[in-house]
Amino acid sequence: MSVDRQLLSGNEAVALAALHCGIALGTGYPGTPSTEILEVFSELGGRAQWAPNEKVAVEVALGAAYAKARALATMKHVGLNVASDPFFTAAYTGISGALIVVSADDPGMASSQNEQDNRWYAAAAGVPMLEPSDSQEAYDFFAEAVRISERWRLPVLFRMTTRVCNSKTLVHPSMPVLPAPGTAFERDIPGRVMIPAYARAAHRRLREKLTQITEWNETSALNRRIAGEKALGLIASGIAYMHAREAAPRASVLKLGLTYPLPMRSIRSFVESVERCVVIEEGDPYLAEAIRAEGLAVESKPPMYRFGELTVGRVRRILARDEAPEPAPPRGKPPSLCPTCPYRPVFQALKDLDCIVAGDIGCYTLGVLPPFEAMDTCVCMGASLGVGLGLRHALPPQEARRVVSVIGDSTFVHSGISGLVEMVYNPPTTGHVVLILDNGTTAMTGRQEHPATGRALDHEPTGKLVIEDLARALGVEQVDVTDPALNPDGFRTLLQDRLASGKTSVVIARRPCLLAAGAIKTYERAAAEKCKEDAE
Amino acid sequence: MDNRVVNVVIAGLGGQGVLLASDILAEAALRAGYEVKKSEVHGMSQRGGFVASDVRFGRAEVFSPMVPEGEADFVVVLAEDQVDAARPFLRPGGQLLTPDWIDGKALSNRRTLNVAMLGALSVSLDFAEAAWREALTKRVPGKYRDVNDKAFAAGREAGLRRRD
Ligand SMILES: Cc1ncc(C[n+]2csc(CCOP(=O)(O)OP(=O)(O)O)c2C)c(N)n1
Repeated sequence: MSVDRQLLSGNEAVALAALHCGIALGTGYPGTPSTEILEVFSELGGRAQWAPNEKVAVEVALGAAYAKARALATMKHVGLNVASDPFFTAAYTGISGALIVVSADDPGMASSQNEQDNRWYAAAAGVPMLEPSDSQEAYDFFAEAVRISERWRLPVLFRMTTRVCNSKTLVHPSMPVLPAPGTAFERDIPGRVMIPAYARAAHRRLREKLTQITEWNETSALNRRIAGEKALGLIASGIAYMHAREAAPRASVLKLGLTYPLPMRSIRSFVESVERCVVIEEGDPYLAEAIRAEGLAVESKPPMYRFGELTVGRVRRILARDEAPEPAPPRGKPPSLCPTCPYRPVFQALKDLDCIVAGDIGCYTLGVLPPFEAMDTCVCMGASLGVGLGLRHALPPQEARRVVSVIGDSTFVHSGISGLVEMVYNPPTTGHVVLILDNGTTAMTGRQEHPATGRALDHEPTGKLVIEDLARALGVEQVDVTDPALNPDGFRTLLQDRLASGKTSVVIARRPCLLAAGAIKTYERAAAEKCKEDAE
Repeated sequence: MDNRVVNVVIAGLGGQGVLLASDILAEAALRAGYEVKKSEVHGMSQRGGFVASDVRFGRAEVFSPMVPEGEADFVVVLAEDQVDAARPFLRPGGQLLTPDWIDGKALSNRRTLNVAMLGALSVSLDFAEAAWREALTKRVPGKYRDVNDKAFAAGREAGLRRRD
């Protein structure tokens, strides 16, 4: 056994690679299964920070990459929806340093509201995409992503999935540490200012770069052929490759690492070298459709395998063309609100008052489960505001008055603020009530800091967003701060009153998450001591 | 030992230390000279729901990090009420290790049940004692080490009694 082999998760491997590659700044927003990347990068000594949301993260990373730095932005798959605006046009402007955008997809929705396949984003935006299959590749491919990004001056999409992010596999961290390049501002107005006249040329430049990368990819070591039987050939990428090797150990395999733009000549020669060629991919038929569009006869999986994660068993069934209904996977006890969650009285009040709850995403979404069942909608982060307002506008007044938007503190900062602006700007005739559950942390994803905690990613004190001050400054008519656990009856009465008031109202229910309370006290004590020392 | 991959599933409820147990097992397998992979899903598991973690090791390359359905050689369950949920992972003839193996009185702290169950499992694996010791050192913080060592020993004894 050699000592330099470490068991690392894909996320840990990316963090280590980021350090070794001289990433000058890592930014992102928490989201399973991506969250640990920045946390570990910070622990290893990298400069890492949480942005209020993914769009801001990509913009900050883009700015750093304009300044010739190597920058990293991390997020879960749905985070890229939020960040897609800068992401698309960053492909036009290009960069001067390196910009790696990690998208951690969640096929099977272990902890997500949808199972969208973000490989389409690479094709839609024209951004090169790498897909590692295990932690060693997460480490090695990351360095390759930095090289590609610097060589073609383009952002690179680093697409991982739950099982690549969270599985631990052996890694030889073999890379020499690359010092971060010097930063400088280079003025390039036509290259960086996307007014239509400049953007038209930029789009042509992007397509030209992609043509070059396609050619380069034909011989890149990121794609490999594993020799095997002629009777069966498999094309796979990411975790699907691992399942495929195990399900069909004797098959020939074309393993793709750089999956946008695709090396179609290599794919063609592989397809022609085998008698039966099957594309094994998780999620959408991204590879299969692209390959078929080239007129190549490959088999794709039956539609039923588009849902959920692939497994070795499912790949065996795909190869056997087995479309019989699958046995339900083992299911144990579902997650639930902590028995001592201080927000239980809030859900009790919402239930007692028969509210129509436009909900949001976080631990508190579990208020949808019995015994409360106190949530009526949950779409994406921040949607509680807009959806609640829309319900108010459309429903008859009697019913409209029952509508409450319920949102967590981290989610509010992420994408609730513009909804609050909307409430002030286009108030429903019945008014509206926004209930912010401020438990002092991003509990859902493992208790990360956010701008309203006043602490940075590493829990050190920094500028603090005060939610009630913001709400008042925006022009909300009534703003209350209350502790629902201290006085559940008082909370219910307040909520009832605000619902009947006909005004725009924000109620901040503030009480630290019990799982985070101890750590929060420790951080606060450390900050107070530091303050004292500085004063002395 | 042949080239077969050994499949272990550790299951329980969020907060019981399922992931720590599988981390220790994977580290021990690595130190015993095996190729190893482990896999699990994070996120909702903190909310007290069912959690399962897969550990696979063998002399030859391990491909998928997930134990194929119904192919676990060992299923280790930390919560009595999750045994039925975890049973389908087991292959015919595989071994199911349940928390009632460990006498409540044998543990000074019930939170070390995860490590005790590894002790019970260790009886069926061919890892050297040093591999387990090093893995525990790597994964268990110093101040909890002693109580966990005792739990491992108690679990191992329980495992040996079962075998005899
Ligand atoms: C665009 C997007 N980014 C990230 C996530 C992952 N995520 C879901 S809820 C949430 C924040 C939860 O924090 P908060 O609103 O404070 O509620 P809590 O869990 O603390 O109750 C995060 C990070 C997501 N679903 N969508």
